[in-house]
Amino acid sequence: MSALAVTGLSIRHADGRELVHDLSLALAPGERLGLIGESGSGKSLTALAVMGLLPAGMAAHGSVLLGGTQVIGTPDRRLNRVRGRAAAVVFQEPLTAMDPLMRVGRQLAGPIRRRRGLRGARLRAAVLSALAEVRLPDRAAVAYPHELSGGQRQRAAIAMALACEPELLIADEPTTALDVTVQAEILALLDGLVTGRGMALLFISHDLAVIAEVADRVVVLKDGSMVESGRTRDIVREPRHAYTRSLVDSAWALEGELDRLAP
Amino acid sequence: MTAAPAAVLAAHEVGYAYRGGRPVLEEVSVSVTPGRGLALVGESGAGKTTLLRLLLGLARPASGRVLFDGAELNPRDRAFRRAVQPVFQDPYSSLDPRRRAGRIVSEPLRSLGLLAPGSRAARREEAAERVAEALRSVGLPADAARRYPHEFSGGQRQRVAIARAIVSGPRVLLADEPVSALDVTTRVRVVELLGGLAETHGVTVVVVSHDLAVVAALCADTAVIERGRVVEQGRTADVLGAPSHPYTRRLLDSVPRLSRAARLGPP
Amino acid sequence: MRGRLTFAAGCALVGLVLAVALVSLVWLPYDPADTTGGRLAPPGGAHLLGTDKLGRDLLTQLMAGARTALIAGIGSVLVGGLLGVTGGLLAGFATRWLDDALSAALDIVIAFPTLLLAMLVAAAREASLGSVVLAIGLGMSAIVARLTRVLVKRVLAQDYITAARTSGTSWPRIVAEHVLPNIWPMLLVNLALQLGLAVLAEAALSYLGLGPPPPNASWGRLLQEAQATVLTAPTGAIAPGVLLVVLVVGTNLVADGLRDLADPTRRRSR
Repeated sequence: MSALAVTGLSIRHADGRELVHDLSLALAPGERLGLIGESGSGKSLTALAVMGLLPAGMAAHGSVLLGGTQVIGTPDRRLNRVRGRAAAVVFQEPLTAMDPLMRVGRQLAGPIRRRRGLRGARLRAAVLSALAEVRLPDRAAVAYPHELSGGQRQRAAIAMALACEPELLIADEPTTALDVTVQAEILALLDGLVTGRGMALLFISHDLAVIAEVADRVVVLKDGSMVESGRTRDIVREPRHAYTRSLVDSAWALEGELDRLAP
Repeated sequence: MTAAPAAVLAAHEVGYAYRGGRPVLEEVSVSVTPGRGLALVGESGAGKTTLLRLLLGLARPASGRVLFDGAELNPRDRAFRRAVQPVFQDPYSSLDPRRRAGRIVSEPLRSLGLLAPGSRAARREEAAERVAEALRSVGLPADAARRYPHEFSGGQRQRVAIARAIVSGPRVLLADEPVSALDVTTRVRVVELLGGLAETHGVTVVVVSHDLAVVAALCADTAVIERGRVVEQGRTADVLGAPSHPYTRRLLDSVPRLSRAARLGPP
Repeated sequence: MRGRLTFAAGCALVGLVLAVALVSLVWLPYDPADTTGGRLAPPGGAHLLGTDKLGRDLLTQLMAGARTALIAGIGSVLVGGLLGVTGGLLAGFATRWLDDALSAALDIVIAFPTLLLAMLVAAAREASLGSVVLAIGLGMSAIVARLTRVLVKRVLAQDYITAARTSGTSWPRIVAEHVLPNIWPMLLVNLALQLGLAVLAEAALSYLGLGPPPPNASWGRLLQEAQATVLTAPTGAIAPGVLLVVLVVGTNLVADGLRDLADPTRRRSR
């Protein structure tokens, strides 16, 4: 059974515009897929549709099988049991994923207790080890989200996403708001966690170099439609579609001078 | 160093602190040499945007001096305003949504009194001509002047903003993360545009950026700023090619690059 | 276009009341003070809408009341708008302590109920239409000022203001060319809404006996006077109520329409 199977997914706005058109993709357990596109390509909407979290006024059609459960058309209450276990999301801005008035440790304790039924001292120990897994010190447990730096917050958000031991991790531009050095740390962290837990990874980004760092396969989206998909190395080395070629050429052109000065 | 060309704009051991806060800049010295693009590189909170505000005369340093053409900078000096123009990061915030592009681009001409004295109609005509020329230099059609900001894409908006910055014939452009809000394909074109303007219009581009690829493409000199201090500066080729400070090295290693990407394997 | 339609509908409703008020200036069926019509005459005959319990012609009272309602609404918006926008601009440009002081003053005024303010003004001056306008206008000015302040602060934080400064544009010109054009549509919408609220406030004050005293006619006082006989002579209560609704809904529609029309991102420039 695949971790995620999307077939013929279309997302339509209430005013009739089609924002994503006939998208199909599949992720086997432990596989890493990149979703690349520029602003307005529909890549973030796809992530939301996979989780059944589309904003009001948008409707999804087609089929999204998440860990064997059909997401489209299933009531929210039933999806809640699937979310977290089948898949969890890390967003670009971790602040929006956290309760600003609750200490990080308590936010983390909720899902761990529900998932593993731990209480008291053992729950506390599990929270601390979850923080350690994302390289956050123990004292992060008693901090409020706003007291952490951007990178630390993203680590905490990753810990929360992992607390339910999902089969699939969806990362939607998780490093776009971060500084380069922090981005490198978070990418390395995600890489290690995904490998260590054997999770599948759906990594969404506008940055080809970042995708090439973490994903084996890639799907290229433009204006809501898939224009090309395949192994990342093939797409970067021999893009077939004109749009993909312009993406690849731009990426090479941008880093060209840097590669020359500091190979 | 002998016979170095005089700096247009320079910060000399400047320090700055926001009210009641830790200093964001300490003894920072950088100078902009005509014809040599300068990059101010660093991460968020390093103080690079504050430094840019000092160089633009929007804030006064708490200590040290900011010099324009060798003399203490006077923000009211029209010659200074004309010679040093900013380009902002967010093209959605930098254009007044209620004015047509033509009015936006011509604002420096009118405010700095750069139009030849004459009748209202003659001045308007001159402004329109110079606006059209500026729009042409940034690769926008002349009829763009009649459009409102929301009718442009992000990249086109940034071009309008650049047209406003060059219409007064400045010697220095101070650009704060000028391409980081743009899509990759657009980014390349705006970088090319800025590089081209440096050659055709003789402007020196100062770029504040965390993006070393942009820096390498646009700037001959680089100053690396970490927590309010310049930790390394010199020719970009030297700073990036053979970084001497560990922070510079860490920055360089962190840049995601296709040429080093893990999943691409050997060619 | 939806905005244009809403705006037109609102203008029609407000225009209706305005027309009635204008006609009342040159022609009324009876003298407003004429009480010879007999108490609570039913509609029809010499009195189209009947008479009230004092024997005055209801249509005459309603027409003269339209005048009072509009003067109260427009007058209050003039007072409140002028004071509010000026104060808001000051607070918007002020830094630190001056901004804090102005904001605190606004909060105090806003915390004051308009009715209480009206009583104080009425006690300080004499009860008149002018006092009512002043009281409602003062209450409104604080709300308008607070909105103006927020709008100004938001505009000042935009990069295009910095661009104007680095282009050597003087502050007065920045206000005239960038700040005002970017805040007036929102202000105008708000003032249109405030006009409706002011009309309601005048009616409420009159209902409570704090409004402009006779011989000024007022819909609010008509409602109060008709209250006791609402079952036997319903027209006396229904008619002023309907007119109030027409005027207030009309101003709200105008406000909604303005919101759409004034936004350049919602209209194409050819």
